[in-house]
Amino acid sequence: MRVLPFFLSLFLTTALIICLNRQWGQTPIMGQFFSPQHGFWQNAEPVDQAFDGDIKLPGLKGRGDVYFDENLIPHVFAGSQLDACYIQGYLHARFRLWQMEFQTFAAAGRLSEFLGAGEGNALVKYDRSMRRLGMVTAAKASLAAMEKDPVVKADIDAYTSGVNAYIVQLKASELPLEYKLLNYVPEQWTNLKTALFIKYMAYTLAGGENDFEMTNAKAYFSKEDFGKLYPEAQDSVDPVIPKGTRFLPPHIQLKLPRTVDSLYLNSTTTVTDREDPPDPSNGSNNWAVSGKKTISGKPILCNDPHLNTTLPSVWYQMQIHTPTYNVYGVSFPGGPFVIIGFNDSCAWGITNSERDVRDYYSIKFKDESRKEYWFNGKWTEADQRVDTIAIRGELPLYDTVATTVFGPVMYDPSFTGYSTEASNKSYAVHWKAADSSNEMSTFSKFQGIHNYSDYKEALKTFKSPGQNIAFADKAGEVALWQQGEFPAKWKEQGRFVMPGEDSSYMWQGSIPQDENPYMTITNDPDKPDRGFVSSANQLPVDTTYPYYLGIDYPMYRGLLINRKLNNINSITAADMMKMQTDNYDVFAEMARPLLLRNIQDVRIDDVGKAYLKFFREWDLNDDPNEEAPVIFNYWWAHLTKDIYDDEFSKSGLPLKRPYESTLLEALLRDSAYSYVDNVNTPQKETLPQVVTTAFLQTMADMTEAGKEDRLTWAKNKDTWVRHLLRKSALSRTHLPIGGGVHCINAAKQFHGPSWRMIVHLTTPTEAYGIYPGGQSGNPGSPYYDSFIDKWAAGQYNTLWVMNSEEAKSPRVKWVMHFSGTKSF
Amino acid sequence: MVVKFFVTTVLIALLSFICGLFLPWWSIALAAFLVSLLIPQRPLLAFFAGFLGLFLLWGVMALLIDLANQSILSSRVASLLPLGGSPVALILVTAFVGALVGGGGSLTAAFLKK
Repeated sequence: MRVLPFFLSLFLTTALIICLNRQWGQTPIMGQFFSPQHGFWQNAEPVDQAFDGDIKLPGLKGRGDVYFDENLIPHVFAGSQLDACYIQGYLHARFRLWQMEFQTFAAAGRLSEFLGAGEGNALVKYDRSMRRLGMVTAAKASLAAMEKDPVVKADIDAYTSGVNAYIVQLKASELPLEYKLLNYVPEQWTNLKTALFIKYMAYTLAGGENDFEMTNAKAYFSKEDFGKLYPEAQDSVDPVIPKGTRFLPPHIQLKLPRTVDSLYLNSTTTVTDREDPPDPSNGSNNWAVSGKKTISGKPILCNDPHLNTTLPSVWYQMQIHTPTYNVYGVSFPGGPFVIIGFNDSCAWGITNSERDVRDYYSIKFKDESRKEYWFNGKWTEADQRVDTIAIRGELPLYDTVATTVFGPVMYDPSFTGYSTEASNKSYAVHWKAADSSNEMSTFSKFQGIHNYSDYKEALKTFKSPGQNIAFADKAGEVALWQQGEFPAKWKEQGRFVMPGEDSSYMWQGSIPQDENPYMTITNDPDKPDRGFVSSANQLPVDTTYPYYLGIDYPMYRGLLINRKLNNINSITAADMMKMQTDNYDVFAEMARPLLLRNIQDVRIDDVGKAYLKFFREWDLNDDPNEEAPVIFNYWWAHLTKDIYDDEFSKSGLPLKRPYESTLLEALLRDSAYSYVDNVNTPQKETLPQVVTTAFLQTMADMTEAGKEDRLTWAKNKDTWVRHLLRKSALSRTHLPIGGGVHCINAAKQFHGPSWRMIVHLTTPTEAYGIYPGGQSGNPGSPYYDSFIDKWAAGQYNTLWVMNSEEAKSPRVKWVMHFSGTKSF
Repeated sequence: MVVKFFVTTVLIALLSFICGLFLPWWSIALAAFLVSLLIPQRPLLAFFAGFLGLFLLWGVMALLIDLANQSILSSRVASLLPLGGSPVALILVTAFVGALVGGGGSLTAAFLKK
């Protein structure tokens, strides 16, 4: 033995292995990661992979057969709803495990545990926000409500068993890629994780508000200016429930707080804390036309919920057939049932209500320990809990959170959100979704509804997030309910931070379910109605509705949808596809005349004139290869900045810029809108001056964009379907898709129509659908992104509602047979 | 000598493959060590036998997987790592990582035996 070389060689080899066997910061464990038998290579599925199998699952009551079609969409034939839930859990885990778990970590405020603190501690702040908002408490409360319902309890138990049956047999080498990248392993699935996922959706859809910014605006601006910047009405809005609908007299008589003027509406207290609320345009479109307007005489229902366009997709498409129902649609990996879809009798689709159900109260604590707060004339004890936030690679953070009668304290001197400024104030939050509720019961029942009254009954347990749920059935009934449990509010309650020193500002109850806005359309040709229902997150009702609804509603998509549906008859499914993927920009339609009317030609050079001609002759479609939408977008952005920034930047406070509709309607009403003048210059600017200056700034942007090859609309807005970890290598980038925030085809940069569905309620049902993703969550699978190009091109897949005699059909590519094992 | 070299190389690859089915990834070092202990060679040759054995094993396995996968995953992972999205580069890096560890295992055995 050569001692020295031996030990040197032993040392170097061992050192090499040790280096390759540990994580360096965020890197994977390289040796394991590269090993073709352990690492990422194991996730590279052969493109002709067979998905067949005989799978024995403990706890399965009967047998189940799953037929996969050429798009890897499972058609589940199960002996009971319980077995269907069990198999659904297994399939979700088989194809989407990492995503399912990751989303529940995001819900529970556990991202830093796996991803580290993030840039500028952003992930820790995110985690603290979610914990303080009460996501975990809310999920536990919801779970308790679900488990009280024996049907739902059994269903989620079965679902959880299905997920775990897959996890338990998973070998380390088969772990989804992301676990190998980030170096952790999946936990056991629990019913609580399903509840957390539901709360995550509630947060996404009903977690938004702007109370702090509005409080500041109210304090900073004069009453008159405030009214001009944040008006309570939109001139051209077309509400979900048409204007002029009569409403029931309110059952709840609201009592205004005695101090409402002095301590609330006229208060000039400001807030420096900053929030990072969910994307306010988490909206959607749905509509259903009655048979009176279709060529077949049968209703057509359409839905396209707008969510972050992510990979793996938030949706998993499937058919579930049991002895009692046959349902097709999209499910959420993370929970049982089909969420949006149709069965053999009915179809349903949902959009967000955008109601404000998250309000803040200013809390006066006795001292810095925050153990007692002033409430109804005496010091009252606050509950306190300590949250442990684990942070990868760092010591955990212990966060003490006080809970008041209003709800948990979201911000206090120890946590100012995303603000860098210190603050000595405390704000408690009351969020509707934190109250206990059983939404899963609604979806459980939806699988088997037969008619309008079943639908109406199934709705009742749905409390949060409030949704516009459109409905149509084969008997010809069409309906839409704005469903949820909404706090009954007096005018401007919760628009600003409310005083939290007595009970008079608390929510005084919920709007009774039968007072929620709704409309129904029958097939009766003699009944004079408009023949359709629709919603696109606009204001639900007109001002005769007896409760306060806030003002934060986008209106342009809804306007266009109603205009189109009013003007079309003898509708076919193809018409609906054309409409769902329509790029017409109704906001531009209204804004363009104003811009063109006010342009000062003398200040424009030849290049500018050429662009102006483009813009003037534009057909108002935000099409992928158009340049005019780019001009318009820059132009409007500069105009907004030039009009408001001089006043707004002076305040130094977090403020919200007025909505686009506010500026446009103000300028259309009055070209001498006072904000047009730049307060930083001695002279008084006019609208033509400002419009022209904004155009000249746009020209500079266009030159820049030309250099970067971003002159066409698709390249300029740059739509992605982005991996949940935001890594471009795992995303689909630079998609050639038009549309935008004001179009029915609301495809923005990272956000858009997450599932386009059209259901024609003929017999048999004719249905089409597509989502930006693929059935497999594995970036190494051809089914990871297999729908994306079609989705971007505005094409659809025909949805195949398989029947049990078609097991031998050539459309069936793979079969999984499930059976129970006796041992359990 | 040439035959011995190639037999060692093939045996290292074979044993590494079998170890990889049941043991952690670094068992390839043990496999190379064991084979080189049984078939003594000069240290430099032993190193190259281990190196080549693992280079071929990991490289060929990665290549076969990649062909069957039509480079779907390798092009994504090669963009995630700074490899310019090149599947070929990713296969070479994979082979090289295995080769270094295998070579190290063999070399250590050669010095022990000598």
